[in-house]
Amino acid sequence: MVTERNQTDAVWNHGVMDVNEVLLPGVGLRYEFTNRDGDRIGVIALRSGDFEVVLYDEGDPDESRPVFRLSGAEAETLAQILGAPRIAERFADLTREVPGLNAGQVEVLENSPYAGRRLGSSRARTLTGASIVAIVRGEEVIASPGPDERLNAGDVLVVIGTAEGILGVERLFEG
Amino acid sequence: MGVSVAFLLEFGLILVVLSLLGALARRWTLSPVPLYLLTGLALGDGGIVQVPEAGEFVEIGAAIGVVLLLLALGLEFSIEEFTTSLRRHIPSAGVDIVLNAAPGALAGWVLGLNGVGILALAGATYVSSSGIIARLLSDLRRLGNRETPAVLAVLVLEDFAMAAYLPLLSVVAAGGAWWQAVLWVAVAVSALAAAFAGSYRWGHHVGRVVTHPEAEQSMLRVLGITLVVAALAESVHVSAAVGAFLVGLTLTGEAADRARAVMEPLRDLFAAVFFVSIGLLVSFSEMLPLLPAAAVLATLTAMTKVATGWYAASRDGVARRGRVRAGTALIVRGEFSIIIVGLIGRQEERLVPLVSAYVLILAVVGPLLTRFAGALSPGLRKQAR
Repeated sequence: MVTERNQTDAVWNHGVMDVNEVLLPGVGLRYEFTNRDGDRIGVIALRSGDFEVVLYDEGDPDESRPVFRLSGAEAETLAQILGAPRIAERFADLTREVPGLNAGQVEVLENSPYAGRRLGSSRARTLTGASIVAIVRGEEVIASPGPDERLNAGDVLVVIGTAEGILGVERLFEG
Repeated sequence: MGVSVAFLLEFGLILVVLSLLGALARRWTLSPVPLYLLTGLALGDGGIVQVPEAGEFVEIGAAIGVVLLLLALGLEFSIEEFTTSLRRHIPSAGVDIVLNAAPGALAGWVLGLNGVGILALAGATYVSSSGIIARLLSDLRRLGNRETPAVLAVLVLEDFAMAAYLPLLSVVAAGGAWWQAVLWVAVAVSALAAAFAGSYRWGHHVGRVVTHPEAEQSMLRVLGITLVVAALAESVHVSAAVGAFLVGLTLTGEAADRARAVMEPLRDLFAAVFFVSIGLLVSFSEMLPLLPAAAVLATLTAMTKVATGWYAASRDGVARRGRVRAGTALIVRGEFSIIIVGLIGRQEERLVPLVSAYVLILAVVGPLLTRFAGALSPGLRKQAR
């Protein structure tokens, strides 16, 4: 398609999906991709930090139909909603490439000895050899948490290690 | 210190009127620029009300307004955007210059203007209003459209052409010889290149100076540096406007964002004052006889801009309706055309009233036309099915 070749400033292949990047001088950047249903979707990242999401019609491929606009904070929230459940999956992909390495999720229950305490106090890595690489807290994801990170009941820990190591972390947090 | 009650009252009332008109313009997705010009007209010689006390401040404020407008423009730029636009749209820029500067030059010749007048009028018909158009595209929700990058690229290249054109014009207007003009254009262009190179290598140092956690400090530093550089540029005939543009270019990334944020309210105030001051220069009685000429020129150059947009969009593989949208979006002339005549001032008697009328027409008609061209497409789409 002529349109795309001429307009695209960069194409990155994200997994199985091509994302076109188009520069809008003085305004910002536009990302375009096609979803599984064949909808052509555009996301405009404005200099101001706001975002705009548009759809392209079949009738006039050059005209976009505005879907919605997001402020910077709203876009952040949306990204977290979309991103949080995928974190563990992505680690799962990673571990598939290293034999013997596994990823698991451990929930910090109400009666866990470490609920309300610092992550470092569990000495999880020293005791089990497995690493806690992220904490999923509601919509929020804390990537590579430090030892001073306080754990809450309901947090989900993303753990990477051997199968025994992950089991060890589970036992540790069950108390 | 005695406070002039008359001055405070007059200036305050001007701002109140401007805010009311601005709100009205926003409601109709129009640009406030023509309304500010009209306000100036109404306040000038032979206008409805006189503002003798505020006049002097408006004049000084106008000089700051031009500087801040150009600073803001420079802040918008990045090397990447410029090179990308240049790579893809240099033929569009050529078409743009030829199609749109020629009618202005021709009109100047027909009207019997002097050389400076012809050069200024050519510039005024050439340059579209990047400020109004970028805002318009966002308001009309067209940023997602395929023709939009082409439109924005044309605007970026025009703004850059201005950096060479403004010193040329100011030297010629000051009565300099052609070789002097060429020399100063060369100086301006090398300064531009130096600013680009500088911003690439040392931009973060300059950035550190102006990004202060306190907004007040940031604002004072940016404004101070800009005014000093503008003054230096003016003293060597490169035009204060170009100096301010260079400062804007040197700031990139986070520093540019910061500068934009702290300077925005100031720029809005002084730019409004600048447009009012241009209106003040003109009287209705001067403008009336030039109105037909302005209308003819406006019609002609509206068509040439549509052709320019059509061509630029077609280079990006955009279909017909998108090309019409791109062409009509480019029609608007605004702040730059006014800055150009502001440089010439009263050297050529008819130039200020002519260009003011011209900008008044196109700044109102342009947004309406492009809106109409966009609204046309749903009907066409139904027919196509």
